[in-house]
Amino acid sequence: MALLEIDQLAVSYNGNPVVSGLALQLEEGEIGCLLGASGCGKTTVLRAVAGFEPVRGGTIRLAGATVGAPGRSVPPEQRRVGMVFQDYALFPHLDIAANVGFGLGKMNRAGRAERVRAMLALVGLEAMAQRYPHELSGGQQQRAALARALAPSPQLILLDEPFSNLDAELREKLAQDVRAILKAAGTTALLVTHDQHEAFAMADRVGVMHAGQIRQWSTPYDLYHRPMDRFVADFIGEGAWLAAEVNEAGEVTTELGVLNGIRCAEDATTRQLDVLIRPDDLVHDDTSPQKARVLARAFRGAEFLYTLALPSGQRLLSLVASHHNHRVGEEIGIRLETDHLISFSRQ
Amino acid sequence: MEFNSLIDALPALLEGLQVTLKLMVMAVMGGIVIGTMLALFRLSNNRILSLSASVYVGYFRSIPLLLVISWFYFLVPMIIEWMTGKPEPVGPFISSLVAFTMFEAAYYCEILRAGIQSIPKGQVSAAYALGMNYRQTMRLVILPQAFRKMAPLLLQQSIILFQDTALVYAVGLMDFLNTARSRGDITGELPLFLLSAGAVYFVISFTASRVVMHLQKKLAIAQAH
Repeated sequence: MALLEIDQLAVSYNGNPVVSGLALQLEEGEIGCLLGASGCGKTTVLRAVAGFEPVRGGTIRLAGATVGAPGRSVPPEQRRVGMVFQDYALFPHLDIAANVGFGLGKMNRAGRAERVRAMLALVGLEAMAQRYPHELSGGQQQRAALARALAPSPQLILLDEPFSNLDAELREKLAQDVRAILKAAGTTALLVTHDQHEAFAMADRVGVMHAGQIRQWSTPYDLYHRPMDRFVADFIGEGAWLAAEVNEAGEVTTELGVLNGIRCAEDATTRQLDVLIRPDDLVHDDTSPQKARVLARAFRGAEFLYTLALPSGQRLLSLVASHHNHRVGEEIGIRLETDHLISFSRQ
Repeated sequence: MEFNSLIDALPALLEGLQVTLKLMVMAVMGGIVIGTMLALFRLSNNRILSLSASVYVGYFRSIPLLLVISWFYFLVPMIIEWMTGKPEPVGPFISSLVAFTMFEAAYYCEILRAGIQSIPKGQVSAAYALGMNYRQTMRLVILPQAFRKMAPLLLQQSIILFQDTALVYAVGLMDFLNTARSRGDITGELPLFLLSAGAVYFVISFTASRVVMHLQKKLAIAQAH
């Protein structure tokens, strides 16, 4: 049985539907992520799970018990759901130890002190117990907020844009740290973010959200390599759509020749297809007879991301090791190197 | 001028000062307790509670303090008689204390309401997410922060209250100023007594407002972090 089950969830703000028909399941110990642009409704889902937003339709079940349904809502303080807020919301008038121990009111003094010590050790803040929140760095505040949310052993922990207030360089490292902490605590977690690198670094399962719905709920690997629709394919990673046609023999022909290993995500009702070519699918090869002209390039340190044009004008992206330094306007040899490709009927 | 008369009157003046300070301290404490309750009522989702609190605050902020003092002087004994059935003269100190408490509560309410509203909503959500109910959230998270933030304004209001205690002259309570005036009349040294009383009020109020300024600076530094 899944720890968190959301079924046909609908939430409105001032009569406007923000989330509708949303479903997801999270197993115990798993880390899930809702990924989407701002305004897609992802934070609203999180607040509904926490109990801060009334549910207009559908159900939210935690460990088999319905906590949210129309006209039936378990108050937030009784859900045993911990939350890490975007701005951390640490209590400024209490020191870090008191913040972390805040949710442990039912424990005796010794038990509480022991639990606080264990939580601070888990997040590596033992030395900060007597400090006040404003005396900590952003990353330390975030870990303190995590320790505070984990201390009462919630059955589920929610993280709202956990890294958005931190420096870009810190984010990926902290995402891995936080994942390790959550896994060490064995806690089930659901986070929301607009940053796919964060989502991929943190989560076992990612749901791409758009207009109040989850378009695809799967592992990060599958989202990138097996997107179920065009929106997900465009949203995740980079790539270009290569025009293709299915000939009488059932082969997929393109300007780059016949493609093998096509996996069509939809039933191909037409013979006209668009094939998704990721930048790493297109390899630079000087010996290849297939040429493309460099339209633009972006230096990324180890690699160049080249925007290329085929003779027909078809555009493609290619990721090339940065010692292959080609100028804009130059013709370079390219070769498709893939073991699977995604295609959709042309729109 | 005859300074000996001032020295002779010192015990009476100290007694008067004691009345003034006692009145102020008790009215500040009572006013803050009632003001906090009024602020919570005003911010309550219950329409009846919030409406009655705002009518109360609006009313007491719109009438002169002198009127309230005179009014409670007659009203308090009447209410006690109505409740217990027998007349009970309570004297000017109790009636003035009730008047100041009720009047200042309206001002403290507005200060605390602003303080509570200035605490980010996330603090409430964070407390709920940690298993706290409304009462615990207010007592442990919101009110401590609101009081801290509003401490300079609460103190400022209390200094004003200290100066306003002189209005009890209207109901004949022998506070510091009233004692000074009556002693001055008796000895024929009224200007000396009034000047000296002014100096005492000045020293106390000025020292207190320096404390307020120091507190404001300290809080500004803490918030800058």
